[in-house]
Amino acid sequence: MSRAAIEMDRRRFLAAGASAGLVVGFHIPFAGTAAAQGSTPEVNAWVVVRPDDTVVVRVARSEMGQGTLTGLAQLVAEELDANWAKVSTEYPTPGQNLARKRVWGNFSTGGSRGIRESHEYVRKGGAAARMMLVQAAANEWKVPVSECRAASSVVTHVPSGRTLGYGHLAPAAGKLEPPANVTLKDPKDWKIAGRRLARLDTADKVTGKQMYGVDLKLPGMLNAAIKDCPVFGGKVKAVNEAAIRNRPGVKKVVRVGDSAVAVVADTWWRAKTALDALPIEWDYGPNVKESSATVAAMLKAGLDAPEAALGNQNGDARAALASASRVIEAVYSYPHQNHATMEPMNATARWTPERCEVWTPTQNGEAALAATSEAAGLPADQCEVYKVLLGGGFGRRGAVHDWVRQAVEIARQMPGTPVKLLWSREEDMLHGRFHPVTQCKLRAGLDAQGNVTALHMRISGQSILASVFPENIKDGKDPVVFQGLNPPGPEASIGYSFPNLLVDHAMRNPPVPPGFWRGVNLNQNTIYLEGFIDEIAAATRQDPLVLRRKLMAGHPKHLAVLDAVAERAGWGRPAPDVNGMKVYRGLAQTMGFGSYVAACAEVSVSNEGELKIHRIVAATDCGHAVNPQQIEAQVEGSFAYGLSAALFGECTLKDGRMEQANFDTYPVVHMRHMPKVETIVMPSGGFWGGVGEPTIAVAAPAVLNAIYAATGKRIRDLPLKHHSLKRA
Amino acid sequence: MAKLNVNGVVREFEAEGDTPLLWVLREQLGLTGTKYGCGIAACGACTVHVDGVPTRSCTRPVSTIGANEKITTIEGLSPDGSHPVQKAWVALDVPQCGYCQSGQVMAAVALLKGNPKPSDADIDTAMGNICRCGTYNRIRAAIHAVARGDLKAAQLSIQHADGSTT
Repeated sequence: MSRAAIEMDRRRFLAAGASAGLVVGFHIPFAGTAAAQGSTPEVNAWVVVRPDDTVVVRVARSEMGQGTLTGLAQLVAEELDANWAKVSTEYPTPGQNLARKRVWGNFSTGGSRGIRESHEYVRKGGAAARMMLVQAAANEWKVPVSECRAASSVVTHVPSGRTLGYGHLAPAAGKLEPPANVTLKDPKDWKIAGRRLARLDTADKVTGKQMYGVDLKLPGMLNAAIKDCPVFGGKVKAVNEAAIRNRPGVKKVVRVGDSAVAVVADTWWRAKTALDALPIEWDYGPNVKESSATVAAMLKAGLDAPEAALGNQNGDARAALASASRVIEAVYSYPHQNHATMEPMNATARWTPERCEVWTPTQNGEAALAATSEAAGLPADQCEVYKVLLGGGFGRRGAVHDWVRQAVEIARQMPGTPVKLLWSREEDMLHGRFHPVTQCKLRAGLDAQGNVTALHMRISGQSILASVFPENIKDGKDPVVFQGLNPPGPEASIGYSFPNLLVDHAMRNPPVPPGFWRGVNLNQNTIYLEGFIDEIAAATRQDPLVLRRKLMAGHPKHLAVLDAVAERAGWGRPAPDVNGMKVYRGLAQTMGFGSYVAACAEVSVSNEGELKIHRIVAATDCGHAVNPQQIEAQVEGSFAYGLSAALFGECTLKDGRMEQANFDTYPVVHMRHMPKVETIVMPSGGFWGGVGEPTIAVAAPAVLNAIYAATGKRIRDLPLKHHSLKRA
Repeated sequence: MAKLNVNGVVREFEAEGDTPLLWVLREQLGLTGTKYGCGIAACGACTVHVDGVPTRSCTRPVSTIGANEKITTIEGLSPDGSHPVQKAWVALDVPQCGYCQSGQVMAAVALLKGNPKPSDADIDTAMGNICRCGTYNRIRAAIHAVARGDLKAAQLSIQHADGSTT
């Protein structure tokens, strides 16, 4: 929302506090354009039309850059037959959702689910609103509804040519009974959805007007900086408050749980510098001797452990391997990663014995509300969460709301005073919810002719669910571990057929809190499988595309995206030199988050071992493409994120704590590293896939396979910065 | 009271002299368009211009800025988002989450001022700001679009609400 709007809301906040003396802040909206409780009555839960014909679409999912606000609005506006030029959006609050029996459904914004899981009910919301508006016009004209047509926010009585605008009709439409049966449009008739429309939320992002959580300022607000024990599982032993009591602006030093200390001051900079000067004695706890080496040893033991949870199986891979003419074996691994959102974790909380309110960037408003309620010691209907646009999410701001709990615990110790908690980058890096660490042993059996008879993938390592949603672990199995390796089906299915296949997982959980990191387990599983398929191709002297085509014959959607990138890139013909450097290609494909994706990377490696990624051709089949230009943006962004991890990304454990505390030791892809990206959006219809995550998984393996083509070096552990690509 | 010349206005504030310019802008002067990302001048989210020079304000002590030095923040670039770089950013839908974009825009404005026709290599060198969403290719396209004075050159075919296509 804009600065002017914030200022307006600040005044409303003050007015509400002065006149009513209760529910302060209930009318402060964020990250949309207006309050969900605005004065204009709604047509239904999804649609508000103002007297000036402005259509406000309510979006329950969170915008964090991925474009879901625009995409979901396109779907609603399509069915509504709205005038797109006058469409805006707003967030309903999680508290309202609770009060209205979850009329907006799930608020969770992760797993690339924003559109793929809510497309049907949001479109029905738009279609129902359209039908009610048309009915209202028919009622006003006293004509049969069948004689009325809607288009571009106007209802026309066809026989007479009379027209009425949605803004005029909305109050009467909102009083009608919602239609029992709603028919959705055939996507081939779409006029708003499916188009390369500009985002609805761009203008304020280039003028500094866009408000993020870090920018919030409430009347009387104080600022907090926090330090949690840097060693996982450690606690605060003692704090010498007197050392900073007289520093300028410092108001209070508070304990947060048993492991953290916060300083509250008038400004954040004063809070942060006072915290830096505060002597804190820690009890480092049981994990102080843990390191990346101890974690790696634990995972290595899992590679051959007798007990493992079964992910996918056909035939008898163990027997087939035992009788194979030849066995190829390799061990891969993947390190911890931090999400490193550009905007560090933050939340503003105001607590009184009767009510607690939180303003925060969150990927799941309902989970944030639950965390608020728990930390506040108040029932959920006495709490509210106002979502603010996220300065990046990538999974960090979804499942676990540790920063929200902290903010509420601080505010609880200062009743009535709004407190904004902002993590330093260092805090953000040390207390991430890290990409899980795993290793994988792959064994392929070949017959005398070199045909693949069996594949066994043994994954050993960390389970996200075991830490975040332990109730979803059944019989020791975390089903999310097998993303991209599942049996044929609509989600994360393997794209290859083997006569005998075994994929299993030995769970090994190091003392590092894991989280859903954009792409989740599809990332490393695709590196493992796509790298190893290339290894089989090399060992059997086959072209990597030829081998894949053989193994993928029964998986036409997987194969279609792979064929598309191979054809566009010119696979089979030498790549043109770039600046006198020979260019080599590598392929990768996978399926996850409902979509089929593939990439062909073109790289060169200098004699000194310098890697240059020139171009990546990518293809996505997401079933239905709601906004192709935003899909392209997500695909490009996925390469930046995936290549950051491949080239540089690694959080290493030493003495029980993470060693990387800022971007100087956790480098990421910059402009100079970014390849050209050509994206083929090829929706085949009939299903709805996500686009925010799947492409990340093919970024690293496509590049690693191209590096092998260029150098003969097979990289099985990341990041690449640890490997010399210099020719021997 | 110390003073700063920000966006053409001399503003008074109270802060310790070692406070980084970033935090004076954000907390004392209410100019929150400039963002905190790392605090060590590594990410560029805090980029402002000091006498036209792109400067990472998170490590610049406010006491080192003289009364005659002119600071420009994202809010001061244009009154209404009409700077050519801002217009190109909108035309090509550059931002995703947008958090880094104030810094990206300020870096791009400084680049184009000194080098109106930058090459890709010039862009690589000048644009050292981090974007985790990965908007780099659209940033590059937008800089070239400004240099050419042609917002359609990137051929993204983005359809805008006013009926135009860029």
